Amino acid sequence: MNAMRIIRIISVLTLFIAIATLNVDAQCKAFAKNDCLPTLHPYIHDGNYHAAVLVEGEEAELYKTFYSDMDYRVAIIGENKLPDVEFKVYDEDKNIIYSNKDNNYAKTWDFKLESSKQLRLVVKVNTVKKPGDIPASGCVAIMFGFKIKK
Amino acid sequence: MTILSGCGSRGGEKAQKTEPATEVLKDNKQAIQDVKQAEKIFQSLPSPLESAMLIKSAGAKFDRKFLNALDNAKNYSTNRSQALNLGIYTCDLSFASLYDQTQLIIDYMNAAKKMADGLGILDAINQSTIDELEENINNTEVIMKIVSETFLNSNSYLADNDQPAIASIVLVGGWMEGLYIATQLVDEKEFNGNKLVGRIIDQKLSIGVLLSLLDSNKENPAVGDLIAQMNKLKIVFDKINITAKPIKTEIDKTTNVTILRSEVTTDMSLATFKDLSNVVAQIRSSFVK
Repeated sequence: MNAMRIIRIISVLTLFIAIATLNVDAQCKAFAKNDCLPTLHPYIHDGNYHAAVLVEGEEAELYKTFYSDMDYRVAIIGENKLPDVEFKVYDEDKNIIYSNKDNNYAKTWDFKLESSKQLRLVVKVNTVKKPGDIPASGCVAIMFGFKIKK
Repeated sequence: MTILSGCGSRGGEKAQKTEPATEVLKDNKQAIQDVKQAEKIFQSLPSPLESAMLIKSAGAKFDRKFLNALDNAKNYSTNRSQALNLGIYTCDLSFASLYDQTQLIIDYMNAAKKMADGLGILDAINQSTIDELEENINNTEVIMKIVSETFLNSNSYLADNDQPAIASIVLVGGWMEGLYIATQLVDEKEFNGNKLVGRIIDQKLSIGVLLSLLDSNKENPAVGDLIAQMNKLKIVFDKINITAKPIKTEIDKTTNVTILRSEVTTDMSLATFKDLSNVVAQIRSSFVK
């Protein structure tokens, strides 16, 4: 196999991977809008976008300040092909404030704060496959809503 | 959206327990350290809509003179200035929307559209968005949803098209505009016990997140300048003390809403507030010129 042919094959593969990645990302955007956003109702979405492709067993973290006197809903939704998505909320001292595992893997959590805090959300896709199986992967979206104070 | 790659172990979990009050995120080193240990990280700043909501909920009055002039929109031709002012105009749009400023809502949506178009963000705000806005101009909730959707369209487009640096600049613009409007609306004669001052102090909690967000995109030259500016802001925020006791949770059985209770004490002198206002005004002035 000559050098030109190898370069051509690598170029085609690179292009293929780039297109495939873009498609996956685009799917996450559509998934976030179509499957996660509606679960925030009647809260108003803050407009921010957090979504990524996660593989079984993989974790993501999110840092955000939440404010007193605001009513919040967080929605964390994974694609149907994924196992349950677990999320935990920690304060700045790493104490667990909430775990959806204790609530049958609830996909939303409503809360409000007496004083403003920065919280850390840790999201993990559960593992159900046995060793050697191909792990499932799919989009996970995290969205926040709040209620308008009149 | 920002995703960083990293490796290594995470900090362990701890059961909730009673602990003495601790200074919140001293120098934000803890947040930065945690970021370095994680695999996929989202740094979430308050969106322009949330920033405007925080000002409104603090009881502040609307004052048009603190918004970025609509005429300035024609001056922004670089990606940096368009991204900053997409955030700024979206915050101004949100502010106008919450105070039912009907004509300004349309005008600022058009200014935000100009910025989004300049950045090549396809269809984030199109003519049907403007038409829908006009049809529902007296319905605050529908307007909020439209503003939220257009911002989602913009930042999801940037994230999906591998432009996280631009997305982070948009967020910084929106956050700074909210901070600028809030500092300008404070009546220094009624400084003590002022709810809006409390909201400004709260922004100290986000400065570490903001710096982490920018740090993850520092290879972009426009972001490098912003980091220097935000570090000036951090120096002033570091003069503010926030002391918090651990959170205790309580569930309202009727609404199923969890209430996070925690005593917090803060202090910011009038002199520090004036410093902060000046630095914010200088930075914001550089964004809108």
